Amino acid sequence: MKKNNIKILAIESSCDETAAAVVEDGRKVLSNIISSQIDLHTIYGGVVPEIASRKHIENINFVIKDALKEANVTFDDIDAIAVTYGPGLVGALLVGVGEAKTLAYGLNKPLIGVHHIKGHVFANLIEHEELKPPFVCLIVSGGHTEIAIVKDYNDFEIVATTRDDAAGEAFDKVARSVGLGYPGGPKIDKAAKLGNPHAIEFPKAKVNDSKYDFSFSGVKSAVLNYQNKANMTGEKINVNDLVASFQRAVVEVLVEHTIEVAKDYNIKNVAMAGGVASNTALRSLMEEKCNEEGLKLHFPSPIFCTDNAAMIGVAAYFEYINNNFKDLTLNAVPNLEL
Amino acid sequence: MMKILGIESAALVASVAIIDEDVTIAEYTTNFKKTHSETLLPMLDEIVKMTGISLSELSAIAVSGGPGSFTGLRIGAASAKGLGLALDLPLIEVPTLDAMAMNIYASDALIVPIMDARRNQVYTGIYKNDTKLEVKAESMAVSIDELFEILKETGAKENVERAIFLGDGVSVFREYIDEKLTMKHDFAPLNLNRQRASNIAMLGMEMMKAGKVISADDMSPNYLRKSQAERERDVAKTDASY
Repeated sequence: MKKNNIKILAIESSCDETAAAVVEDGRKVLSNIISSQIDLHTIYGGVVPEIASRKHIENINFVIKDALKEANVTFDDIDAIAVTYGPGLVGALLVGVGEAKTLAYGLNKPLIGVHHIKGHVFANLIEHEELKPPFVCLIVSGGHTEIAIVKDYNDFEIVATTRDDAAGEAFDKVARSVGLGYPGGPKIDKAAKLGNPHAIEFPKAKVNDSKYDFSFSGVKSAVLNYQNKANMTGEKINVNDLVASFQRAVVEVLVEHTIEVAKDYNIKNVAMAGGVASNTALRSLMEEKCNEEGLKLHFPSPIFCTDNAAMIGVAAYFEYINNNFKDLTLNAVPNLEL
Repeated sequence: MMKILGIESAALVASVAIIDEDVTIAEYTTNFKKTHSETLLPMLDEIVKMTGISLSELSAIAVSGGPGSFTGLRIGAASAKGLGLALDLPLIEVPTLDAMAMNIYASDALIVPIMDARRNQVYTGIYKNDTKLEVKAESMAVSIDELFEILKETGAKENVERAIFLGDGVSVFREYIDEKLTMKHDFAPLNLNRQRASNIAMLGMEMMKAGKVISADDMSPNYLRKSQAERERDVAKTDASY
């Protein structure tokens, strides 16, 4: 089997973005099409799985055709079909998986199943040619808060996870509670720039029995309690100060633990992945601390931080060269482990 | 000769069939586990391998278009859309209940497929199939009592006093139907009481000849129902307007 000029058509439908991309040799993105449904879900204050699944079915062929067209290739040029098969919303995943399986079957091409989070981690390779394992990666999104040590392209160790809410989930809940709306991450990021991050001291959650694990329900509750108390006493809240202080409490813990892992394992490269990796406060603090410690920080452009299929095509390449293919029984696995 | 692939995964039945204009060449139907995502495509591969038919011989793909289980419908739809895109074939979206009604033939009774739609409703329609399928009431989601009313009206209008029920809704409502429905009625035997892909393919072929084909890109199931979130929002809006 050839190892160069491998073109993979990748499909991603694990949440509310229908996406397809063509990626060559695991680094070169020839196209990256994302059909976002965010406006449809905003009125419900979050992603509605059934609506997301219905939109995926409506959009998927168009998104795939656009990805081929933008890459200036046809199915004949494609060496394999890759798809996210978990973790994510099961109904949403099933659309991509069903489509990818029949595409691979009808075209007689190999099928590759990709772990969504592995995709997020590998998004870092797209714009950083020099980045190679081993590296430490902080994965932060609406559904995930993890620190992974990428020992090799197909060898991950998760050394930290969240005990309760994901970081992005805490952002969403706080944003909803203070009236900033959905999606919480970008809204809080923007409002926090106008506020004083040291106005309120919120607890920084430590988990007693683990050095690296996270817990965000405490700081989230502290924000909600602060708000309730202010409402009862009639005290006026400065929302910008409130969310800036909340954001600082979350971001500081994320950065501290990531740096600690890098130091303890003596790894010089640090990367970030997932939607919350676009958060500007997180980026600047991580940059500052990495510089202090002599670590090299990498993070993807926002377009590769959000859910996208290019990252799936990158991760799929490393499965391809290891001959790790799936058969026609591939199913969606909503709680797929890394 | 024109060959059509039929795909049926709207409910518990998973079924695939390849027909030509004279005969059902192969059909593979299971009704025991709801893991269509894992079973449907291997079943297709099995009949393709066994018959030696090449996918390139197909003229179109007919898919059970709903109503039914939202997830089941989407597994069928995604499979048909992916295959249609890969093979550059048109799709035929066959109404699930119309195809079910074709299980009964050469009868003057009203044919009433009922699928358990949960929330105390059935997906149903009313048909006649003496020699040619006639739709007397289109696919709908109603309570079994509402169905009785519509059935009585249709029976009076068509001058028919007998109904044949089939579908997985029979398992749920059989006793209730016996108890409450005054119209003379029967229940289809087990070999005729569930969905099958050859019906989808056969009705699909008729629809294709009538020009009712669509692009694989445009196909999307007919769910008959909104998502729960949309329904709750509609209720909230109606309440607010009082």
